[in-house]
Amino acid sequence: MLRFLARRSLGAIVILLLISAITFFLFFALPAEPARLACGKSCDPTSLAIINKNLGLDEPVPVQYAKFMAGIVAGRDFAVGHCDAPCFGYSFVSQEPVWGTIVDRFPTTLSLALGGAAVFLVCGIGIGMVAAWRRGTWIDKLFSSLSLLGASLQIYFVGVLCLAWFVSGLGIMDQPAYYPFTDNPAKWFSGMLLPWLVLSLIFMANYSRMTRSQMVEQLQEDHVRTARAKGLSGRTVFFRYAWRGAIAPIVTIFGIDLGSLFGGAMVTEYTFTLHGIGRLAVESVQLTDLPMLMGVMLVSAAAIVMFNILVDAAYAVIDPRVRLA
Amino acid sequence: MTTDATPAFLSVRDLHVRFATEDGTVKAVDGLSFDLERGRTLGIVGESGSGKSVTNLTVLGLHDPRTTTVTGEIHLDGQELTRAPERTLERLRGNTMAMIFQDPLTALSPYYTVGRQIAEPYRKHTGASKRDARLRAVEMLEKVGIPNPRLRVDDYPHQFSGGMRQRAMIAMALVCDPDLLIADEPTTALDVTVQAQILDLLKDLQQEFGSAIILITHDLGVVANTADDLLVMYAGRAVERGTVREVLRAPRHPYTWGLLSSMPRLSSAVDEPLSPIPGTPPSLLAPPPGCPFHPRCGYTAEVGGERCRGERPTLPDGRGAACHLGTERTRTLFTEQIKPRLG
Repeated sequence: MLRFLARRSLGAIVILLLISAITFFLFFALPAEPARLACGKSCDPTSLAIINKNLGLDEPVPVQYAKFMAGIVAGRDFAVGHCDAPCFGYSFVSQEPVWGTIVDRFPTTLSLALGGAAVFLVCGIGIGMVAAWRRGTWIDKLFSSLSLLGASLQIYFVGVLCLAWFVSGLGIMDQPAYYPFTDNPAKWFSGMLLPWLVLSLIFMANYSRMTRSQMVEQLQEDHVRTARAKGLSGRTVFFRYAWRGAIAPIVTIFGIDLGSLFGGAMVTEYTFTLHGIGRLAVESVQLTDLPMLMGVMLVSAAAIVMFNILVDAAYAVIDPRVRLA
Repeated sequence: MTTDATPAFLSVRDLHVRFATEDGTVKAVDGLSFDLERGRTLGIVGESGSGKSVTNLTVLGLHDPRTTTVTGEIHLDGQELTRAPERTLERLRGNTMAMIFQDPLTALSPYYTVGRQIAEPYRKHTGASKRDARLRAVEMLEKVGIPNPRLRVDDYPHQFSGGMRQRAMIAMALVCDPDLLIADEPTTALDVTVQAQILDLLKDLQQEFGSAIILITHDLGVVANTADDLLVMYAGRAVERGTVREVLRAPRHPYTWGLLSSMPRLSSAVDEPLSPIPGTPPSLLAPPPGCPFHPRCGYTAEVGGERCRGERPTLPDGRGAACHLGTERTRTLFTEQIKPRLG
């Protein structure tokens, strides 16, 4: 297990390096000059050159990249003073340290993703289990049709409808907002509840359908029949033998979905006017804010890569035939 | 075969098993009766789809009640099983009656240790503690000849070889000293050398536990060495029965002749082709009228084809065959035509 984690962490670093390089060099292909934006309307070549020098944009791109990456590991000295590692530099736009902004925004996205995931995992798998247990009955058919409906919905559509109905109209739910969990767990919960439910509605369908089909498949397996031949009760066979075999593919899909929760965070955050990493990413592209964009990209990518490693490790725990090494 | 008042230990009477499929009703077992006493081994042979596995899954009540209709009676030690509630069957399964499946790779759960899978039914049926059940699992592994059982008890099935998995499977089936053991092609998935070991093991364990064994196979060689009695099945029906000696020495059904002739033997010349039974097993959606074997039978002319096509031959209790040729005619045919070919 340790060897596996070490190897995967090395792989993750390579991936993150690639992502950072691609982001950095693509940025300079953008038809925009960050210095000119900072310079304002009455801009002359002298002040433009000063700004370029202050932002470090006067150096060749590879040198800029190397300095940037070195800053993340070892910290970096700027005209305004020393920036401690992990240093992603200062925002071109707000002049604030990038790392501070990310630390500020990241909990929103994380709460959104993990809370939503918890809700849709529990509901989706639960519904799938009920459908598999009662397969062929009206409950099963009802759930199947509903999950097909759920899977075809989009956040920006359902989200806006729910906001209009439950928040503005009926007023039975709070306007989505982020309150730090450590300050007030109850407010954190009520502020996140609507986005979680909407996310769940959309993601849940996959899980209930997957759980149902996996369970039905597992129930046909020879080893499940053996368990019944041993005299184990239907419930034990269902929850211990069939379920154990059904988890692995669900975990795989969950790893992918966690990625898309981060990757697709901007849609959710814009829908519910939340200020997380996704919104930050869009804003930094619009404002050609290179350090901020780099910070957002690397932190989200690191989160996704880390979740994938965890999912693979979980795989080995679930299925003893999977050898990690 | 007992016909007196006390029924046999296992008594199957006029068993019919039907599956509802999209194409219609499959008559998987069509009026099957047989008896089995403790300490005896009954071999059931037949081609794939002859109903041998279905019969035994039905005895254990492992068929899918949603799609399967079962009529007839199954008595185990005096208790009727086809109408028994699921709770009763759960109490009997793994305890009084146990089953060994064909493919030990897929029949063991890959997710739990061998020891746990053996200990589980023991705990359930005897209420033993976790520790005692584990000791019992070690004891059973030792009994079926797994080396280092104390260590191997914590292995997962994929860490076992094929033969060891089948041994573990047998340990699992025997952990509660069942009175009835059903072995469904227990050696088909194994190497020839391992096959003999497993069959010997089954015989030894039967001596020790005195169980009744049903051995399902398509291999007459396996039956010859292991079983006491033999039931030949075709298209969901029993077509011939007797002791193994009787059936293999003087088979009375043309289908049994076919099975024997299609077996390769060491004495035959290298270039001598095998003689398979012509045709294919009938569709159980619409089995042929009369004798189900008549479309593939080479002897219908002997009795006049009409009778074979129109009238279903019955299988008498005890030694006999379900064939219109009759005992005398089959005996002559076998000694004159079939036996010389078998060599």
